[in-house]
Amino acid sequence: MNKQRTYIINVAVVLVGLIFIFRLFQIQVLDDKYVNIAEKISLRRQTVYPQRGLIFDRNDKLIVYNDPVYDLMIAVPIRLKGIDTTAFCALLQIDRSEFDKMLERAKTNSYRGKSVFKRNVSNLLYARLQERLYEFSGFFFEIRQDRNYKYNSAAHVLGYLGEINKSELDKQEEEYYEQGDFNGKKGVERFYEKELRGVKGEQYLYVDKFGVIKGSYKEGKLDQDAIDGNNLHLSIDIDLQLYGEQLLDNKMGSVVAIEPSTGQILALISSPFYNPAKFNIQNRGKYYTMAISDPTKPIFNRAVSAPYPPGSTFKPLMALVGLQDEAINKQTHFGCPGFYRLGRRIIKCHPHAFNTGLQLSIASSCNTFYCNTFKNMMQLDKYENSEESYNAWRSYLKSFGVGDKLGIDVSSEVSGWLKDAAYYDKIYGNGSWKYSNIISLSFGQGELGLTPVQIANIAAAIANRGFYYTPHVVRKIENMEYIPEKYLVKNHTKISPSHFDAVVQGMQEVTLSGTASHLVIPGIAIAGKTGTVQNPHGKNHSAYMAFAPVIQPKIAIAVVVEEAGYGSSWAAPIAHLMIEKYLMPDSVSKSSKVDLERKMMESDLIPLKYKSQRNEALYGK
Amino acid sequence: MKLYMESKSRIDIVSLLLFLSIALLGIASVYSATYESGAESLWQGRSGKQLMWFGVSAAVGVVIFLLNSNFFELFSMYIYVTFMILLIVVLVIGADINGARSWIRIGSISIQPSEFAKYGTSFAVASLLSNIGFSWQNRKELIQVAAVILIPMVLIVLQGDTGSALVFLSFFLVFYREGLSPVILIVGLLAILIFILTLIFTSFYLCSALVVGFLVFYAFTYTNKKIIVPSLIILSIAIFFSLSVQFLFDNVLQEHQQKRIQVTLNLIEDNRGAGYNVNQSKIAIGSGSFTGKGFLNGSHTKGNFIPEQETDFIFCTIGEEGGWAISALTVILFIAFILRLYHLARRAKKKFKRIFIFSLASIIFFHVLVNIGMTIGLMPVIGIPLPLISYGGSSVLGFCIFIFTALKMDATRDQDLISTYS
Repeated sequence: MNKQRTYIINVAVVLVGLIFIFRLFQIQVLDDKYVNIAEKISLRRQTVYPQRGLIFDRNDKLIVYNDPVYDLMIAVPIRLKGIDTTAFCALLQIDRSEFDKMLERAKTNSYRGKSVFKRNVSNLLYARLQERLYEFSGFFFEIRQDRNYKYNSAAHVLGYLGEINKSELDKQEEEYYEQGDFNGKKGVERFYEKELRGVKGEQYLYVDKFGVIKGSYKEGKLDQDAIDGNNLHLSIDIDLQLYGEQLLDNKMGSVVAIEPSTGQILALISSPFYNPAKFNIQNRGKYYTMAISDPTKPIFNRAVSAPYPPGSTFKPLMALVGLQDEAINKQTHFGCPGFYRLGRRIIKCHPHAFNTGLQLSIASSCNTFYCNTFKNMMQLDKYENSEESYNAWRSYLKSFGVGDKLGIDVSSEVSGWLKDAAYYDKIYGNGSWKYSNIISLSFGQGELGLTPVQIANIAAAIANRGFYYTPHVVRKIENMEYIPEKYLVKNHTKISPSHFDAVVQGMQEVTLSGTASHLVIPGIAIAGKTGTVQNPHGKNHSAYMAFAPVIQPKIAIAVVVEEAGYGSSWAAPIAHLMIEKYLMPDSVSKSSKVDLERKMMESDLIPLKYKSQRNEALYGK
Repeated sequence: MKLYMESKSRIDIVSLLLFLSIALLGIASVYSATYESGAESLWQGRSGKQLMWFGVSAAVGVVIFLLNSNFFELFSMYIYVTFMILLIVVLVIGADINGARSWIRIGSISIQPSEFAKYGTSFAVASLLSNIGFSWQNRKELIQVAAVILIPMVLIVLQGDTGSALVFLSFFLVFYREGLSPVILIVGLLAILIFILTLIFTSFYLCSALVVGFLVFYAFTYTNKKIIVPSLIILSIAIFFSLSVQFLFDNVLQEHQQKRIQVTLNLIEDNRGAGYNVNQSKIAIGSGSFTGKGFLNGSHTKGNFIPEQETDFIFCTIGEEGGWAISALTVILFIAFILRLYHLARRAKKKFKRIFIFSLASIIFFHVLVNIGMTIGLMPVIGIPLPLISYGGSSVLGFCIFIFTALKMDATRDQDLISTYS
């Protein structure tokens, strides 16, 4: 009997052994569920952020570089236990209720995975926390790159970074960004985001139940290094840019300077401007509302986003159109009694010689000449009606980039205003309008709006005697042999090169004997055109367009100063100072221009009504 | 002169090799479970302590082998009483660790008397059952046997360590082997079945089913009047038991105990609370695949996801790092060791030795069944160690002394013949 029982017991023991072995086979070999769960729990994929490309100016001076920002993370929010909360709060300088709130938020973001506890911890706090972090297991730092700036300059061109938003996340073509990543929001940071950002890498790490890193997974075989972004070399001359900003300080307006032979932008200034460092990841939260509530709109990039009627700076282009369309020729003269009569209406002109030819019309900015030119053109026999002649006029303008976005590589560009015929049909009735209704277009007023970059582009096209390159701020992208192709294409205007000399002579006359003759620069032949733009809301806008030298031009420039008065008093001096600064960097300080320079820099033209609401903190270092 | 005779004795090599293999596996597992990269060598930390305890055990083993082979039989009841006194002492001066008062602290060393109580109890059981003329029908002897295992069980439950108390159920295998009617075992198994079914279906449905079953049974056998009354009695007992279980479960068991049982029966899923250990343990073992992640490479082990990993859940380390290959090998080593011990019991020429060795084998079997069973989700979580593998000085020393005593008894079995005939 005992033998049999021993046998039964032995069988039971063996049976248990077999059940265990089969059960182990089932969960270890047959079922791979546990492998996946284990990896999910104890493996962390950590993003390795690349260095964002640096940004240099046209002389390879460093403008923008990277600065680390530290995010304090919790590895596994629900497992956060056993830390000395009081000590932790004291280090972070928060109280207990704030701590609880932050922890709750972290839990809502991610229950089991890593979650942000506090973003953008300051360098000081990082240093203080880092050395004691081992006491608070479950917390760790993630390092990302923020921007910092060598110059308090060029904020609008450079733009800024920000955390990627929901719609950008949803719209991305290839999965690249994750919540919390930075991307370029404005300026070249946005336009060249793909080139600048580089490629993120990843690291696989084992973590323990508190999220503390225990080692690398498979000796790092699956890890991928980050590839740093490509450095960007701009065509901006940072010294010229800074100089222009000084001249435009405490004024509302814009300067755009272009190298005509390439379309490269040398300076692109919108004033008021802000210190770009105040808009980096760490600071923007503090300054953004400040900037938004400022009535002088420091964020607004006037150079590409603000259309102004060009005023008299439009006259050289009008002259070119008239010549090309044979509404006038180089010998055409109109008599100017000081006004132009249009039925019962009178359009005023300035005092100058009665018999006005092309060059004098530009030099003295004669309205009458252009009203006549426009009238002639609109009434040419080859056109059947006003609409047809207007469309012809419009298409000449379009060939200079007026009325369209040029395609500049700085964000927020607008097309400006250049109405089509249908617009006038709507106002005056189908086909029942003629030149007299729209004659103010001939001297750059009325329903015409050009951004400063468009005006500068016209100057560049005239400097080139008939063509332009799309203005752009990129000069070179490292590791890439090309810049966007559209910046290498010559755009021909519809004006034959032969017509330009007469107009250029007129523009040169402006600086020799005309409206800007008080601003002559010895040794530099400048072709320019002043403009005084009527402003129904306040003082006139002061405008100027120019290029220099007249032969083989190196710089074309447009300046607009809002609510400042005559073009010759503000815009023209600023333009000439900049031309001089660019072509002969050392001459300004030695010449008699020092007083003029000081006057420009120190004058405050911000309208009184805005002054009290401006916040100086935005601008300073 | 005696010493000379003893020296002729031969230790069973197979058991010894199995014992050493399991012990080595244990040390490696403890080393891995407590390993922090670059921190400690094998000789430091917990694996070092574990090694030290094996060393102490070996020293005690030498003493055991030097003792007269009749020492244990002669002093069996004294040994039992000594260990029972220790169990009482721990209740008085014991240190409270994790809600259990199971430890006596002597300097930096903590001793857990319950790990030695099984050893002591085995002597008493072997002694009582090997008495000439022992019979299960003798009520006085039956009460003595019951008392001998109930005393340590109650004392250990009083310490708050139900798991260690349950280990004494393994003596029922011994009793069965030694002639106790299987009815008791069968009744026990049926009780467990009713217990489980009650918890799954509630006693109301179970009782209803039992009544319906009885009526069907009655419909076929109503001509046979003799079995009606006994089967009605059985039915009543079953229903009463089921109702009691329901009552006890709802009103007596503590919530965490209820949950542990429910988790094992898959009645509830509670991977964060009561089921956390088992779930993490299954993940660790399950992620080991066929060949495992390699020694010291278990991510779950390294990550300390499983509480008590170096003690009660040591099998997770083996499962994760050794995979199915080493896990199955471990199971096979244990099964082989248990079967070998049963073989040693069978070949003992003295009833006392047979019962003693058999007790050891059954206790190891119970530990393996419950411990490995719980790590792979086949048993409820009962905190008892895996013999020779789990970290813990008392457990190591207790089992080693137990095993060495058994090997000593086996080694001297030939002298028993002489002494019997002399």
